[in-house]
Amino acid sequence: MCLAIPVLIKSIEDSEAEVEIGGIARRISLELTPEARVGDYAIVHTGYAINILDQEEARETLRLFEEIAAAAKEES
Amino acid sequence: MKFITEFRRPELARGLLSQIQSQSRTKARFMEFCGGHTVTIFRYGIRQALPRTLEMVSGPGCPVCVTASADLDKAIALSRVPGVIITTFGDMLRVPGSRSSLEKAKAEGADVRMVYSTIDALRIASDNPDRSVVFLGIGFETTAPTVAASVLRARERGIKNYYVLSLHKLCPPAIRAILDSGEVRLDGLICPGHVSTVIGAHPWESVAHDYHIPGVISGFEPLDILQAVSMLVAQVERGEARVEIAYRRGVRPEGNPEALRVMERVFETGPARWRGLGEIAESGLKIRGEYQEFDAERAFNIVPEPAREPEGCLCGEILRGVKMPLDCSLFGKACTPEHPVGPCMVSSEGSCAAYYLYGGSLGG
Repeated sequence: MCLAIPVLIKSIEDSEAEVEIGGIARRISLELTPEARVGDYAIVHTGYAINILDQEEARETLRLFEEIAAAAKEES
Repeated sequence: MKFITEFRRPELARGLLSQIQSQSRTKARFMEFCGGHTVTIFRYGIRQALPRTLEMVSGPGCPVCVTASADLDKAIALSRVPGVIITTFGDMLRVPGSRSSLEKAKAEGADVRMVYSTIDALRIASDNPDRSVVFLGIGFETTAPTVAASVLRARERGIKNYYVLSLHKLCPPAIRAILDSGEVRLDGLICPGHVSTVIGAHPWESVAHDYHIPGVISGFEPLDILQAVSMLVAQVERGEARVEIAYRRGVRPEGNPEALRVMERVFETGPARWRGLGEIAESGLKIRGEYQEFDAERAFNIVPEPAREPEGCLCGEILRGVKMPLDCSLFGKACTPEHPVGPCMVSSEGSCAAYYLYGGSLGG
């Protein structure tokens, strides 16, 4: 029930944003994330952005996973 | 699908799994609190992939599952009040109360409408000014701010026929209740990701400290879960009990201050009834007096008949992690996703539904 997915903010008008979810254009509320900007990925839950995804942290986490995978490969 | 499929790459999963295998020496049992995590763990076969030293148990983190029969009965009774439109997330429709369900009430003529968001519920209220529109406020800290935002919006727009039946619940008190009961020994907690997006890491830190148990806040993709397990294993092997955020792209240590502010403006904490866990102090959210005109509890004086639990259903024990779905004599026979007896089989993220859909190879 706490399902939330990252979606790209395409445009912002007042406290609403236009996004695309599964190929369908939707409007979401930015009332809980006033810091949202066009080009951000909002984490969307029941029609509201509940946070802005930290893209740098996402890339950093994936880099870490790649290092772990490379180290595991070397060991085997 | 950006920032989703990258966290499902099999070659990276193999790396994390081999890290877990090489680190894990001590036998340990971890609870994933959140039903969303349960679904990921089952869908990707993570339980079977982990070394034998590690056991995973599912917790009570499914808002639909932990809604008490008595509260559900109240919602069903409300749906029968003339002029009322019930708006709710889809999951709630089929959950059996003591004697009926919202789906059955709807078939009998009640106006029950499934919505995706409180924004839709507000729209229904403004489109139907001569009706009373009640939104069933089910959900944890992830959902409560969105419901609070709808109350603020209703006040701002002068919508006078919108009400919330607040059955919202808070996660840290439930985890404390499980740890206090001592019914199930736990060596680590996978803390809920999107609940923590709102509340941050701090509420979990006091849990880790008070019970000397490590916690890792995880995201919802398979690599996220494996990373969280790996971090828990590392803490267990070092004898540590800290809270770490694995889901760094989605959770800041302080949470979302704006969401917390909105939630606190509209709600105050109070006792709440949990299926399986009973009444837990300060584990629920009630509408503050300042917004009482939106409180369905005050606007409609509903006293349903005494609640009863379905006979033979082990949902309560399963929610506490004491019993497994396969321990229930109804599982897969009298109780299936098509004909659910208890809520853990109704909700897609209930433990019983996850076992039924994905758990065949776990055996009995």
